Amino acid sequence: MDLILVNLIDGLVTGLLLFMLSAGLTLIFSMMGVLNFAHASFYMLGAYFAYQISLYLGFWMGLLIAPVIVGIAGAGVERYGLRRVHQYGHVPELIFTFGLALLIEEIVQFIWGKNQMPYSPPEILQFTLFSIAGNAIPAYKIFMICMSMGIFISLLFVLTRTRVGMVIQAALSYPKTVEALGHNVPLVFMGVFGVGTALAGVAGVIAGPVLGTFPGMAFLLGSIVFVTIVIGGLGSLWGALVASLLIGWITTFAASYNVAMADILMAVGFEQPIDLSESAWRDLWSLTLPQIGPILPYLLMVLILVFRPYGLFGKRDV
Amino acid sequence: MRNTTTLGLTAALALSVSATAVWAENIKIAFIDPLSGPFASTGTNGLHQYEFAAQTMVNDKGGVLEGDMFEIVPFDNKVSPKESLIQLQVAIDQGIRFVAQGNSSGVAHAITEAVEKHNKRNPDSRVLFLNYAAVDPALTNDKCNFWHFRFDANADIKMDALTDVMAENEDIAKVYIIGQDYSFGKAVAAAAVANLGEKRPDIEIVGNELHPIGKVKDFTPYARKVIASEADAVITGNWGSDMLGLGKAIIENGFSGPIYTYYAAGSGMTGAFGETGKGAIRLVSEGQVNPPPTDEAKAYYEAFLAKYPDGNIDQARISNVIGMLAQAINEAGTATDVVAVANALEGMEYDSMWGTKIYMRPNDHQAIQNLHINAHTDEGVTFDYDNSGFGVVSESMIEMAGMDSPSTCDMKRP
Amino acid sequence: MTQALHKSTHAPQGGITLASAMPWIISTVVLLVIPFVFTSNSAITIMNQMAITIIFALAYNMLLGQGGMLSFGHAVYMGVGGFMCVHVMNYVEDYSLPLPLPLLPVFGGLFGLGLATIVGSFSTRKAGTVFAMISLGVGELIAACSVIIVVFFGGEEGVSGDRTYGLPFFGVEFLHQIEVYYLIVFWLILSALLMYLFSRTPVGRMANAVRDNPERAEFLGYSARWVRFFSFCASGFFCGVAGGLFAINYEILTEENLNLVQSGSILLITFLGGVGFFFGPIIGAIVFTLLSTVLSLQTELWQLYVGALFLATVMYFPGGLAGVIMMHWPAFRLGNARMLVLPYIKTFIPCLIGILGTAALIEMIFHLRHGAVGDEEMTLFWTTFNVHAVLPWLIAIAITGAAFWLTRRNIPEVVDAWHRANSLPGAAT
Repeated sequence: MDLILVNLIDGLVTGLLLFMLSAGLTLIFSMMGVLNFAHASFYMLGAYFAYQISLYLGFWMGLLIAPVIVGIAGAGVERYGLRRVHQYGHVPELIFTFGLALLIEEIVQFIWGKNQMPYSPPEILQFTLFSIAGNAIPAYKIFMICMSMGIFISLLFVLTRTRVGMVIQAALSYPKTVEALGHNVPLVFMGVFGVGTALAGVAGVIAGPVLGTFPGMAFLLGSIVFVTIVIGGLGSLWGALVASLLIGWITTFAASYNVAMADILMAVGFEQPIDLSESAWRDLWSLTLPQIGPILPYLLMVLILVFRPYGLFGKRDV
Repeated sequence: MRNTTTLGLTAALALSVSATAVWAENIKIAFIDPLSGPFASTGTNGLHQYEFAAQTMVNDKGGVLEGDMFEIVPFDNKVSPKESLIQLQVAIDQGIRFVAQGNSSGVAHAITEAVEKHNKRNPDSRVLFLNYAAVDPALTNDKCNFWHFRFDANADIKMDALTDVMAENEDIAKVYIIGQDYSFGKAVAAAAVANLGEKRPDIEIVGNELHPIGKVKDFTPYARKVIASEADAVITGNWGSDMLGLGKAIIENGFSGPIYTYYAAGSGMTGAFGETGKGAIRLVSEGQVNPPPTDEAKAYYEAFLAKYPDGNIDQARISNVIGMLAQAINEAGTATDVVAVANALEGMEYDSMWGTKIYMRPNDHQAIQNLHINAHTDEGVTFDYDNSGFGVVSESMIEMAGMDSPSTCDMKRP
Repeated sequence: MTQALHKSTHAPQGGITLASAMPWIISTVVLLVIPFVFTSNSAITIMNQMAITIIFALAYNMLLGQGGMLSFGHAVYMGVGGFMCVHVMNYVEDYSLPLPLPLLPVFGGLFGLGLATIVGSFSTRKAGTVFAMISLGVGELIAACSVIIVVFFGGEEGVSGDRTYGLPFFGVEFLHQIEVYYLIVFWLILSALLMYLFSRTPVGRMANAVRDNPERAEFLGYSARWVRFFSFCASGFFCGVAGGLFAINYEILTEENLNLVQSGSILLITFLGGVGFFFGPIIGAIVFTLLSTVLSLQTELWQLYVGALFLATVMYFPGGLAGVIMMHWPAFRLGNARMLVLPYIKTFIPCLIGILGTAALIEMIFHLRHGAVGDEEMTLFWTTFNVHAVLPWLIAIAITGAAFWLTRRNIPEVVDAWHRANSLPGAAT
């Protein structure tokens, strides 16, 4: 029971972190209709910038400044890259972001080298907040939860309660009309892209110290972010939240419980071969849940796409 | 297809690859390892150690035979078996007869098989495979061949050494084994279970599991299980970011016992573990770094760090590869007849700079050497890793580890 | 995602003309002769790799270019085909069955086809993002299986075989690279021809229609889904053939043949070459193979350059390298290509120098940052110099700057020449 509670908290941390990435990605998608493959790269840039800043000004300044730089970089990519490619259609746009992801990884390696960066949480948060049955819950985890909750609430507030949010929402659905009303739609697009990437940057800043800051961090997270927003339904903020939490908990619980395939097979009524090493099915028999945990989201995505192509909360086809 | 100009360009470039074969005066050693991509830091650091060893141990002392110099020729294999085979072919075409590789047992399997086939099909351009780090036991057992020499202790021997030390520790009653889900991770787990069962049957193995390699973003759930199992020690064969992620997660979530590892040092990892890893991380390796055992080793380290301040001597065996190869070439009196060189390497007893002996076991071409169990710490560290102030200090030593370990190798000699 | 960016080739319909057969004849002759020009084993190994990549890229372009379907997990069809071939190879060896090696790729193709039929049955129902994401998911699942299901995929070290099993095939034992080269070339020409012919069949034509406007295609009475399904299966078959050739050439298949990196690089290769033309992927495969084998011997930073090249292609030449070549076709037809030569030389040579200069500066910065202490010398473009001195930097910056300045200055001339070359003689300019 205690372990379930601990796992719920751990899953929440993973899920909310994923949400910070998927929120920006889904906003960008609903605005421009393009899946931004480089989104996780901005997450990585956030971590690296914050690390570099934290060397001189400390962690908190990194948290403040790094996302801004990432956001500006993101806006620049939209203005000088994507906008140009936009005219060729969606496939080149997608491929552009794909190439950008490769290039950013190379540039990061060029500047910071290929090693792990010694980027760690601030001293003030390096203590155990409380323990559940011997399982320590570091204060930094709770800080991560608060941080991403705060971002979600303020995002929701901006989108639904402010004038800017209204314009953005309108521009998402009827760009032409909004433009006719005198709003600068390209500017709105650039702004949303910048904010979306800045959100990814924030995620990088706070995740870098716990998940490691290394050139492969974007690749590790890249495709799972897509999976999240596809499961949640493209363009839906709530869908992104639900799917992120779902994936967070699925992967956490799958890693925590050693459900063995052999038990399931035997429960169904199969007999375990006596000499497992000779059997053609030995890999199936020795399979456990933690082994396949990280690929479960992909399985979920394929199933959802086959049976419900617009995702859990989406209104239109992905 | 109609683009003949492109083909022409292709041709010109391909020619430039082969044209370098002309000046073949030095004794060249192909270094086929990742120099780009995620494992490039390990590969580049290994290359520096090779170049440094060749320079200081051979070339500065007048070379081998009648003044022939060693030259390390780097090839980037991107840790891809396919690329490795292409680069191996390029290397052979350049007249290179010695191939060194280490990162990834998967690549080592591909190379050792390719070398065996090549040597069978092309007896006039045979090559030797100097494996300095791929530790899958199969390479010197079922899949062994005459052309392959391993200078690192294999996974089984290392586990033998680790469990020797663990067996002496009376505080350990429960052990948790966790590793990456592939051949090496499985080999480590199997060796750990077998060795512990033999040396300390009273130790309970409270967990033995595999996680997907390179796919786990957050190791916290695994750490929770380790803690919930009340294990006193953890054994893992993880490397790279999987090692760092697992180690950090276990320690930060409240585990206080020792974590016995293979690869928890260097390449930025020592720096990233820093204070957290102190008192917890143990790793098995050859070649004592701290405290430096001999003046020769100390001078060697100092010279290396003066040349590569960001580098680490984390693969001490590399200097053994160079030293033993030089000695074998001198003994054989030739650098072109690799069969003679291989025969000289077989059974060689080499005096390393650590004042210890290294014995190349003839029946399976597995180097037998002293192994050290090191602790990650910042106390008593003469030579740190990653310029972090932290490094590894030898805690105990197993002499000629695995000298009598069995091998299923059935070697076919030419 | 089905927006049209592609232009299909407008070759004359109907019978075989000498003009339409010429490219095939020329390339066949070139392929047959080229090993006599580059005799070294490494050159042949690189060419083998190139040929396999060409088949794979052409098969991929059946989806991307001709069908408008973006797949993020296409390596699995080649990989699974290859794995099956190695298993067949070992099986044939163990039981001494009379299967000549040159027929092996057929098995790879059939298994690729089989897998594509299964996956295609549910993934091709929709195009666009749904298809792309299903392909990503399936690709990731199969790639993950490769380390879990050791019996079939052999875990991390993969499965290996020996191509020299059994009887010699007409006296050829396939001991040497050159024999394998001709085997691969045979399959390359055959598959390329079949794929080309496929694009001329009604199904192939309909694939273009479905790509450009699925609704209209449906109105014409064609099921967009089945058209996609057939293209997908055909593509799977040829991917499997490429996998079979890979198995013969390398005699080993590993997890890397299935993973996302491989799937990503084939997308890169195809797009770099140009998706709008049949021969685009061929150029892409040749250029990329050269970059990854030859350039990676020269510099550690090759991936940086490839990434930059790729991005520049997407941004400025969405038609890929083939698109750039075909842009000149009208001028060539008009007989005005000569007019372009001089302005091109005047602009692109400085431009090339500028790019090389930039690369040199990048290399110098890299060496300065990551080079060993005391190792202050580096060699670039056959010149050895001291990176810590000021002079080389000044020279590099000056050359690069001047080259780009020249390029910029000459661009109007090129634009002008371009317009003249592409207008009919006598037309007002």
